[in-house]
Amino acid sequence: MKSWRTFSIRRSPDNRIPLFAVLAVLTVLAGAASLCLGPVLIPPGELLEVLLGRMPNTPQAKILLFARLPRTCGCLLAGMALAVSGAVIQGVLRNPLAAPHIIGVSSGAGLMVTLWGAVAPTAAAVLPLAAFLGALAGVVLVLLIAEKTGAARITVVLAGVAVSSMFNAGIDAVITLFPHALNGYSDFRIGGLSGLSMSRILPAFWVILAAFLFILSLAGELDLLLLGTETAQSLGLRAKPLRLILLILAAALAGAAVSFSGLLGFVGLIVPHIMRRLVGEESRPLLLASALGGAALLTGCDLLSRLLFAPYELPVGIVLSLAGGPFFLWLLLRQRGGRIHD
Amino acid sequence: MIEVQTLRAGYAGQAVLTDLSLSFPPGKVLALVGPNGCGKSTLLRTVLGLQPKLGGEILYDGCPLETLSPRIRAQKAAYLAQSRSVPNITAWRMVLHGRFPYLSYPRRYRPEDYQAVEQALRLADAETLAQTPMQTLSGGQQQKIYLAMVLAQQTQTILMDEPTTYLDIRHQLEVMHLARQLAEQGRAVVLVLHDLCLALRTADEIAVLDQGRLVQQGTPEEVYGVLEQVFCVTLHQVETEDGPRYYL
Repeated sequence: MKSWRTFSIRRSPDNRIPLFAVLAVLTVLAGAASLCLGPVLIPPGELLEVLLGRMPNTPQAKILLFARLPRTCGCLLAGMALAVSGAVIQGVLRNPLAAPHIIGVSSGAGLMVTLWGAVAPTAAAVLPLAAFLGALAGVVLVLLIAEKTGAARITVVLAGVAVSSMFNAGIDAVITLFPHALNGYSDFRIGGLSGLSMSRILPAFWVILAAFLFILSLAGELDLLLLGTETAQSLGLRAKPLRLILLILAAALAGAAVSFSGLLGFVGLIVPHIMRRLVGEESRPLLLASALGGAALLTGCDLLSRLLFAPYELPVGIVLSLAGGPFFLWLLLRQRGGRIHD
Repeated sequence: MIEVQTLRAGYAGQAVLTDLSLSFPPGKVLALVGPNGCGKSTLLRTVLGLQPKLGGEILYDGCPLETLSPRIRAQKAAYLAQSRSVPNITAWRMVLHGRFPYLSYPRRYRPEDYQAVEQALRLADAETLAQTPMQTLSGGQQQKIYLAMVLAQQTQTILMDEPTTYLDIRHQLEVMHLARQLAEQGRAVVLVLHDLCLALRTADEIAVLDQGRLVQQGTPEEVYGVLEQVFCVTLHQVETEDGPRYYL
């Protein structure tokens, strides 16, 4: 009787498995399409042969291994990192309008990447660290504003916008003073993934993997923050240090993504919103769904940016902004309708 | 048992409560009443360690509050806050959060946690709501789930800040009935209440606060007169088969 009761009361996690399966399939399909499609069409059969090392030194292998594979891996990684970072920032600040590119996290990372490019252009391996420090500066500034002033939720976002614009002005100033600071990063300001190499992605990959796993292990704590600080603390949670740790991890994710993909917008805003509607606010499924959704969305948009005006190519940031801008406006209109309370 | 000795509490160095001494006795419902701004919620928040005290002593089973970790405190005292968020999760998942004080990093629920959740849902008469998303529940139902979460903490002391606010009379009486049930199980139940008649009807003891001080603590019959003075109202008492009842 007891076991039956337990089964009846517990929410079965199975009802979300089909959704995760769909997201996983979408991500794999987006990745495969990104590898196969382009000026040179590579059929799935040849793709497998190349990946298994059975077609070395062929033109297809060179295109795949040196151009499309790094780019696809970069898309998957940056999309996942930015979406998870957005989900964490929105959860910690309890603000649906917060996202890495809105509250100054991405632009803080961007400023440091630009500065690093001006000061030490050859030391690319430490770019994720520089980006992380910049993202951290953005996070700390916004957190200080939120904590010290007890600011309303919309005020925190507005403060983040101000911080973001200061960092963006800094990027412009560095580029003006050191025009070669972003050599090889032609799409940096709007976000783009052309010309990526595996060596540029690899340092960021380890940062993103470590931060993501650490965040997943804190999903239970993140759930408690959603109940409000008072209730969370009364349940034994050390809310202040936890907030800081989670925002540092979110900064690490966003910073690492910015270090090779530039200032991509809207992934960190749109994806957590969509996933929250699909899987609810429980953190672990939300983080996993955001990771898959972010990877699929960015890879899909990157593919579109390559194919829409072929042989010309748009930076993926433009495609994302074209999709994300209307979504953000819709979000604001919903807020005016009173459904998002400050 | 939680005891408060010569407590000074408030915000940013400015005392709201001064020289306050009282205890939360097990097996009794204690109602904290007083005019707005007299420090009722400040008292609860300070006793729980949610805000630092300015002076005096707070003892949990004889141990100073500062010597206990937040998790140990949460294993001894549960708190139903005045303002409550309603996240988009199921009621069952919400009640499960009440087991957080018993889990170490990384959080892994044990069979006894699920058992505690079932018991809490049953006690709060909310079993049928378990799989319903919180945001689709009515205010009264959400309150039940919050209460179940507090019960899942399985603490000796339960503090509730205005648990009947926004509830209709039926749900108010249900909450009061539950408070009495918990006291009969030997727990200390502390309620911050604005409804004097409800406090007089439900509580074993009433602590009357005014201007940051404890004016009197005693049974409803003992504090009856003080309430009239503090709130500048006239209370009427009638004898019924179930004991005395009060009305304004």
